[in-house]
Amino acid sequence: MTPEIATAIFLTIATAATPLLIAALGELVVERSGVLNLGVEGMMVMGAVTGFGAAQITGSAYLGIVAAIICGALFSLLFGILTLSLATNQVATGLSLTLLGLGASGMIGENFIGLPGVKLKAIEIPLLSDIPVIGKVLFSQDLIFYISILLTIAIWYFVFRTRAGLTLRSVGDNHTSAHALGINVLKVRYLAVMFGGACAGLAGAHLSLVYTPQWTENMTAGRGWIALALVVFASWRPLRIVAGAYLFGAVTIAQFHAQAQGVAIPSQLLSSLPYIATIIVLVLISTNKRMTMKNTPASLGKPFVPDR
Amino acid sequence: MKKFTKTILGAAAFSLLAGSAMAADAKACFIYVGPIGDFGWSYQHHQGLLAVEEAYGDKVETAYLESVPEGADAERAIERFARSGCNIIFTTSFGYMDPTNKVAAKFPDVKFEHATGYKRESENVATYSSKFYQGRYIQGQIAAKMSEKGVAGYIASFPIPEVVRGINSFMLGAQSINPDFKVKVVWANTWFDPGKEADAAKSLIDQGVDILTQHTDSTAPMQVAEERGIKAFGQASDMIEFGKKTQLTAIIDDWAPYYVERVGAVLDGTWESHDVWHGLAEGNVAMAEYSNMPDDVAAMAKETEEKIKSGELEPFTGPIKKQDGSDWLAEGEKADNGTMLGMNFYVEGVDDKLPQ
Repeated sequence: MTPEIATAIFLTIATAATPLLIAALGELVVERSGVLNLGVEGMMVMGAVTGFGAAQITGSAYLGIVAAIICGALFSLLFGILTLSLATNQVATGLSLTLLGLGASGMIGENFIGLPGVKLKAIEIPLLSDIPVIGKVLFSQDLIFYISILLTIAIWYFVFRTRAGLTLRSVGDNHTSAHALGINVLKVRYLAVMFGGACAGLAGAHLSLVYTPQWTENMTAGRGWIALALVVFASWRPLRIVAGAYLFGAVTIAQFHAQAQGVAIPSQLLSSLPYIATIIVLVLISTNKRMTMKNTPASLGKPFVPDR
Repeated sequence: MKKFTKTILGAAAFSLLAGSAMAADAKACFIYVGPIGDFGWSYQHHQGLLAVEEAYGDKVETAYLESVPEGADAERAIERFARSGCNIIFTTSFGYMDPTNKVAAKFPDVKFEHATGYKRESENVATYSSKFYQGRYIQGQIAAKMSEKGVAGYIASFPIPEVVRGINSFMLGAQSINPDFKVKVVWANTWFDPGKEADAAKSLIDQGVDILTQHTDSTAPMQVAEERGIKAFGQASDMIEFGKKTQLTAIIDDWAPYYVERVGAVLDGTWESHDVWHGLAEGNVAMAEYSNMPDDVAAMAKETEEKIKSGELEPFTGPIKKQDGSDWLAEGEKADNGTMLGMNFYVEGVDDKLPQ
């Protein structure tokens, strides 16, 4: 394999992994606060259509990103009001958020179909981008890629090394105790949900501005669900999400290369490899009771009503 | 007034939002495998629905369901349409074949039209398809002329006869120009996933192909080709907007004439089951403008197109050998419709193992 091909393959993997990574990181924060939002797919697709539309209208991909983030956060606020203030069932509400997002984005995007989009330009970091292979892969990427890396580090630091992160985890582990300690559980959860929505929106913008700069209905094609699986796969730890997202991307791309090379393995099997890998890891994780207990937010999915 | 039905199918649930409807003489219903906004396969079928509305106005009520997964969900969706008073139901994907026949047996008064299939188990089922492979033959010839490396990449969806036929026809066209031409086939195992299709396109280009063709429904591969500076063919719709410097031509599906004709037949009571397979000659398949190629290549392509239209040229004419080297068609022999519709083997020269 020549360095050029290696670079190209790594770049393809990074592009495939970035939206999964960002959406999963957002969901991790949400779930760490004890809320299960199954609406990632819907928030992502709303981010994709808003990002595309805003970039189309203003001509700036950066404004598209901003719009997608805001849209994702506002859309998740709807979920927040229902599940937090009105204490509705989180699973059902999350699912309806996905359905609503898929439908609403289709309506909003009707006039964007068939238009080539605005592609987000790569930013070359001086000097560093000249390093062979690594330079191209790590330092001449688009803004969203850089954000995804910084976000990972920031979220890891926030969750495990700051007082606010400790508060977040305590709300997720035992909301009654957190409430007794004087923590405003609902406020923490609202912020977490909106942060998750903003991340999903950004991930959506990556799809419609970088990955495939166009708008087509359902263009997320299940990536929101994969992001959800990644959170469990990573047992709610940010650095493992990076590993999971890139592993998933790598297996996806590797199977295409294997097919093009004419490797005599049925393509259906190759196509299902990323999912098989996810299931295997999930099985391995769940057999390790101690680790599961230690990492799973204990209040995950349970509604909290302060005055009850 | 039309009844406007739009559905979003999630995990298993689907919701129907229906507007008001005035009495119409007939109701025509459509089931699509992808979203109408895919700008490919389902988009083109939906253009056919719009043509029906245009042609008959208030006389015909229309309804459609989009993104209906092939399989158990499809049967529910078709049955729901049959119960809701549809007089004719178009099921527009190969995977709806068995569900369509199953529901049709229960509703003898409703007419069913299944695209690209071959089963007509009851009187009220008709099948129709288009000879897209004719366009693929022309694409193969263009690819062989335009490729410097002599290798094309082919993004395929599922190993069903329609797709296999397309690959074979592309190969035969390419071989008619360059006997050593190679095709790398990658199965995406999806009809519609822009991201995945883009990944497949990138992988093929990294593997050294310099022409890309696709049998999946989104415009993503065209965009990747444009970005990487190679040439590509559009699928189902004219995708030139996504590859101004890239698209050589595209196979355009035009279902409008057929849909207008068949809904008309329901209106005047002349509808009968049949199996039609129209192509370039009837206008159901059209080629987008030949662009981004030298004049002599475009002239060759036009000539081939004319020959296919007039019936002078049929892509599947012997001598053709199968992939394993065994004889299939003797000199001058033409493939029969049965073999064509159920094609499950490659012709000689395709560098891929057909998934079974």
